[in-house]
Amino acid sequence: MGATIIEKIVRRNTGIENAKAGDIVTVNVDRVMIHDIFIPFVKEKFEEMGFTKLWDPDKVVLIYDHLVPASQVDDTRHFRIGNEFVEKYGMKNIHRSDGICHQLMTEAGYVKPGNIVFGTDSHTTTYGCVGAFSSGVGYTEMASILGTGTMWIKVPETIKVTIDGKLPSDVMSKDIILKLIGDLGADGATYKALEFSGSTVENMTVASRMAMANMAIEAGAKCALFTPDEKTAEYCEMELTDAERSLVGDEDAVYCQEIHYRAEDFVRVLACPSQVDNIQPVSSWTGTEIDQVFIGSCTNGRLEDLERAAAVLKGKKVAPFVKLIVTPASRKIYREADANGTLQILAEAGAIITHPGCGLCCGRTGGILTDGERVVATNNRNFLGRMGTSKVEIFLASPETAARCAIEGKIN
Amino acid sequence: MSDTFAAKVWVLGDDIDTDIIIPTEYLALKTVEDMKPYAFSPLRPELAGQIQPGDIIVAGKNFGCGSSREQAPEIIKALGVRCVVAKSFARIFFRNAINNGLLLIENPDLHDAVAEGDIVEVTVNEGILHNGTTYPIASLPQNLVEIIEAGGLVKAMRKRNGLE
Repeated sequence: MGATIIEKIVRRNTGIENAKAGDIVTVNVDRVMIHDIFIPFVKEKFEEMGFTKLWDPDKVVLIYDHLVPASQVDDTRHFRIGNEFVEKYGMKNIHRSDGICHQLMTEAGYVKPGNIVFGTDSHTTTYGCVGAFSSGVGYTEMASILGTGTMWIKVPETIKVTIDGKLPSDVMSKDIILKLIGDLGADGATYKALEFSGSTVENMTVASRMAMANMAIEAGAKCALFTPDEKTAEYCEMELTDAERSLVGDEDAVYCQEIHYRAEDFVRVLACPSQVDNIQPVSSWTGTEIDQVFIGSCTNGRLEDLERAAAVLKGKKVAPFVKLIVTPASRKIYREADANGTLQILAEAGAIITHPGCGLCCGRTGGILTDGERVVATNNRNFLGRMGTSKVEIFLASPETAARCAIEGKIN
Repeated sequence: MSDTFAAKVWVLGDDIDTDIIIPTEYLALKTVEDMKPYAFSPLRPELAGQIQPGDIIVAGKNFGCGSSREQAPEIIKALGVRCVVAKSFARIFFRNAINNGLLLIENPDLHDAVAEGDIVEVTVNEGILHNGTTYPIASLPQNLVEIIEAGGLVKAMRKRNGLE
């Protein structure tokens, strides 16, 4: 009997040769990520549990991103506690202002194909872009992993999603994942793994795969998985081993659901207020006036996203009554976009370019909105109150769509 | 774990996400007690003040979807909610609730039958009695029972480390 990608990863990690969906197993954790919001709680629970040392300080990464730079006095407490934790337990992997955790984990080389990774953030599913099993946990579970290096999981069933063909030129991977979330529903993949394959996926950049893996959680998924290939090897700056190359869903693997899409059938879409599975074509909202556009986040703040927006905005101006806020996902991306002229094009068009971080996406720093205002945003959640008051209407879209909307001042 | 209690019901809909349970802007408050008044504020700002200890929440599908914030189950527990009954729960919320000793019960039918303010009788691991009808509930898997019986994951780890 063949195996799914997640079954292969679990078998390799645990040594249990026939581990399959539904089994409860204890896995050895390859890497963990904690971010600034939850570090005080992780520290408190870790010490309350009676642990005195980390199971392996080099496998622990602490990233300040949600609260950087501090916008409220109390935010600084999180940095102080984080710094104390790093010092006390001998950690060296800390990023204090380098960008968003989910960008840095693969960009800085902390996650490799076939790894098992947990993070104190639901969008930890992102690292499936390089063929890692990665998922979000709460701070109590994180504390127990920090002490033991292990965690129990139920091996998830897998939904196989195959996409073949060439995408229309205005469609991005964001449109694919939004369409899939709409088709599955916000709970359609709960407890399950999503496995992506097909020629469209093979031809995609790792950055485009990241946007899709990032949003797997919005359909409830435990993880999303892409087979490591030459693009992955180049991105991770490594040679793939045979074991890593073999992370392919077998022909005779057991899937709980199989979905096929033709790439040519995709159109630009929006996740409309206020459910992430309320997916409608952009064309059904054309002309609706907007107040703000946000291009950034761990979903769509990568270089290719900024370049795509710049291609749309080049030589044009943002509508006078609209604020366009652009947030590169990391310092590295910021510098690359600066060096190749992308930031200049965006600035000339009238964009406000901010420091890398989570900021606007979780309504925590800068750019919050008020009752009756409408925003088109490239992030991953349009929940009530996510980017300001509960009467703000959030439309999620691709960077291409977001840039088009910024010029018109209307959904376009 | 057989245990029976009567409780007043608060009814919520489908997809009650963690930004509704506790918005991100309040997550940097120092304690769960400080955050408690803002529970469910984007949807029903008055609800946190109305819930009494011992009440229960009955919701639709995908309760707790969204972020990994563990304050979500902690706040519900801090409000005194005895258990949450939903058609289904989001994965991370489910694990966080178990690890903090908040009882979750999955049932597909009760939500459609119950009205806010009704009194139901819950028998853990057996069923929920409402208006003469019993809605059966499944037993939890053994590994989760062990965590709950230890009093949550913190206590289970303290025991492992020889502190309890």
